[in-house]
Amino acid sequence: MLSRVANSLFWMARYIERAENIARLVDVNLQLLLDIRDLDEKRLIEYWLPIVQATGDEKEFFNLHPHATGKAVTEFLVFQPENPNSIVQTICQARENARMVRDQLTLELWEELNRLYLFVRSPEARLIWRRSPSEFFQEIKASSLHLNGIIAATLVHDEGWRFVQAGQYLERADKTTRILDVRYQTLPERGAPGAITPDQALEWSAVLRSCSAWDAYKTVSGADVHPRRVAEFLLLSDNFPRSVRFCVTGLNQAIRSISGVAEGHFCNDAEKLTGRLLAELQFSSVDEIFEIGLHQYLDDTQVKLNNIGDALFRAYIFQQFENLDQVHLVQQEEQQQQCL
Amino acid sequence: MLKNYRTNGGYDEMLDGKTGIRAHYRKFNKLFGSLKPSDFNAKRQAVDKAFLRQGITFNVYGDAAGAEKIFPFDLLPRIIPANEWEHLERGLTQRITALNLFLHDIYHEQKILKDRVIPEFYVLSGRHFRREFVNFNVPKGIYIHVCGTDLIRDKDGNYLVLEDNGRCPSGVSYVLENRRAMKRAFPGMFEGIGVRPVETYPQELLKSLKFLAPAGVADPTVVLLTPGAYNSAYFEHTYLARQMGIEIVEGRDLFVRDQRVFMRTTKGLQPVHVIYRRIDDDFIDPMVFRKDSMLGVPGLVHAYRAGNVSLANSIGTGIADDKVMYYFVPRMIKYYLNQEPILPNVPTYLASEEADRKYILEHLPQLVVKAANESGGYGMLMGPKAGRDEIEKFRKQIIAEPRNYIAQPMICLSQHPTYCNGKFEGRHVDLRPYILSGEKICIIPGGLTRVALRKGSLVVNSSQGGGSKDTWVLY
Repeated sequence: MLSRVANSLFWMARYIERAENIARLVDVNLQLLLDIRDLDEKRLIEYWLPIVQATGDEKEFFNLHPHATGKAVTEFLVFQPENPNSIVQTICQARENARMVRDQLTLELWEELNRLYLFVRSPEARLIWRRSPSEFFQEIKASSLHLNGIIAATLVHDEGWRFVQAGQYLERADKTTRILDVRYQTLPERGAPGAITPDQALEWSAVLRSCSAWDAYKTVSGADVHPRRVAEFLLLSDNFPRSVRFCVTGLNQAIRSISGVAEGHFCNDAEKLTGRLLAELQFSSVDEIFEIGLHQYLDDTQVKLNNIGDALFRAYIFQQFENLDQVHLVQQEEQQQQCL
Repeated sequence: MLKNYRTNGGYDEMLDGKTGIRAHYRKFNKLFGSLKPSDFNAKRQAVDKAFLRQGITFNVYGDAAGAEKIFPFDLLPRIIPANEWEHLERGLTQRITALNLFLHDIYHEQKILKDRVIPEFYVLSGRHFRREFVNFNVPKGIYIHVCGTDLIRDKDGNYLVLEDNGRCPSGVSYVLENRRAMKRAFPGMFEGIGVRPVETYPQELLKSLKFLAPAGVADPTVVLLTPGAYNSAYFEHTYLARQMGIEIVEGRDLFVRDQRVFMRTTKGLQPVHVIYRRIDDDFIDPMVFRKDSMLGVPGLVHAYRAGNVSLANSIGTGIADDKVMYYFVPRMIKYYLNQEPILPNVPTYLASEEADRKYILEHLPQLVVKAANESGGYGMLMGPKAGRDEIEKFRKQIIAEPRNYIAQPMICLSQHPTYCNGKFEGRHVDLRPYILSGEKICIIPGGLTRVALRKGSLVVNSSQGGGSKDTWVLY
């Protein structure tokens, strides 16, 4: 498989996953605010600012908006063309990557991704968004799940598919850590969290819903929501498909199938780092994590996931593709006469 | 549905001035006539939507928002009867054979120049003549592997050759997708009417590409080299690569070592043997041609010269695209094959010839002037439709650079009923068949019928408001 193709498949999957996660995060926060009483301007910002922080684009946000109001944050995360991680932009980038490797995709996959792309760029999308944001988010989430289904059911499960999976799992693990981090300011810096207020219980259930984990959590832990158990579930569960541990397990399998190297061994840094992170998740308890401090732990985990992404690139893609002079390149591509 | 369609002078593909509907359109007309206007509209909209959804689009240059447009598609097929098609096939085969012999000759002995059949000056001054490749033997002696020849019909219905595209002819993906769309829209018609299939094009293309493999390579790796996702024909590149089951690569995916070409894969470097390139000569190798090219592969030309990799089309075919060379194709046919051309040229005047130039300059308002090395409807003067300023601009250019211009009388292209503004009206069409030269010459039945959607317009290029139709060749 061409390195460039592997790279595009990997990023296509990451961007699809990213769009879905941002959609859930914003959607749940909007719903949460409906349940919380006595909201003034200041308190509203307390709910919206962490959402921006969770996406890791705080700096870009404040370059564009003075205050983290609901309107500014949702605009930034949903439509803002200047934000490369807004839902519309991530879908454009997923589609752009897919377009580069159109020959590797099935018609079903391309058509659905292209449909989603045409939808988010249509005036209709804005209309739906204004009328009912949750309907808009439902469209994004449903399409992403649809795409995941098409990927599983129509792509040949070969090397390209493993890169898709690696991208999906890596992105999902990263986003789960970020969503879990949204409420860290209500927690002690280190040590186990104490009892929580009813409002905080609502907030933590919002965290679960942002990860599509609400129903799964209730089945396992009952309706009693507590940060310690939420963190345990989202980080260490070995069978909930959005937990960090589950994702790293999937990532580990995907990249081992690419190289064919057996469990317990490694042939590149990506495998070494993934194996190490997986072992850590397998052999940690949630109390130890709170000893370190949840925020600190999540930060560290994000760095590790980033390092895995970089190592994957070094192992399989070798060479930076984006370092060409983009404007000049596009000009030359366009210039090639295809007589018609 | 077509009851109110009237021809407005010129040659009409469907209507015969005396007897009404031509014989080869009758069956179609009967089936199509039973369609309700509302059904027709529903089908039309469904087809447009499907094209957009599948991304069968071309890029609009210079549009920052990355707009993509569908190439407008008209549901009324252009129909060609068997005897007409066989005549075209013979003519096109004759022409491509002569062109390949010509290219071989001018890159070797140059007999046709020494015998003064074509003045030496015209070939050697050609912008796309690659003297670096004189005496180089291209694989299997074939220069143009994929050719798109544009045909038009004059007012009496005679087919004429308008130009040969021997570099990177484009549009065959529309032939295949138009057919798919028509089959979905009118499943019943094909069986009843008997239309020759076009679906084998990708296999035939792959076959002729594999035929080029360097000696000793039993199972060659064939790739398609694209300029990239921003090129107008990118959809076609991915489409053909997928249909042939080969990799689509960009210059940066390839790498030359020891005069061999490799592609960078996740498992390391893998050898490449045949490249179907959709990049101009000028950009293909920055070490030999344009140094600023970011699309090419450094060292590719050396690997090609060493015989380790084959290119389709060969380097240097652009000289056959030169509109001045077009003038000489009938002479080439006579010289190399000792035959009369089956498909005639449009009468052409060369601005470099004293007498012709005088005639051109005196008759500019009646003539179509074309720049020798432009295509896609650019660099053209339509005398009868042009303003005074434009004519004077061309007059200056012709005097300054006569080698670069030819002129032809304005040919009133044949017209075909086309759905425009809610009814059927006559619009001018041309025809581009695609000719493959491999072990043997293969032409898929029909080709791309392009239609000038603007009323009265004679320019069918996609960049100038052209659309396309499915082309049916009958058994």
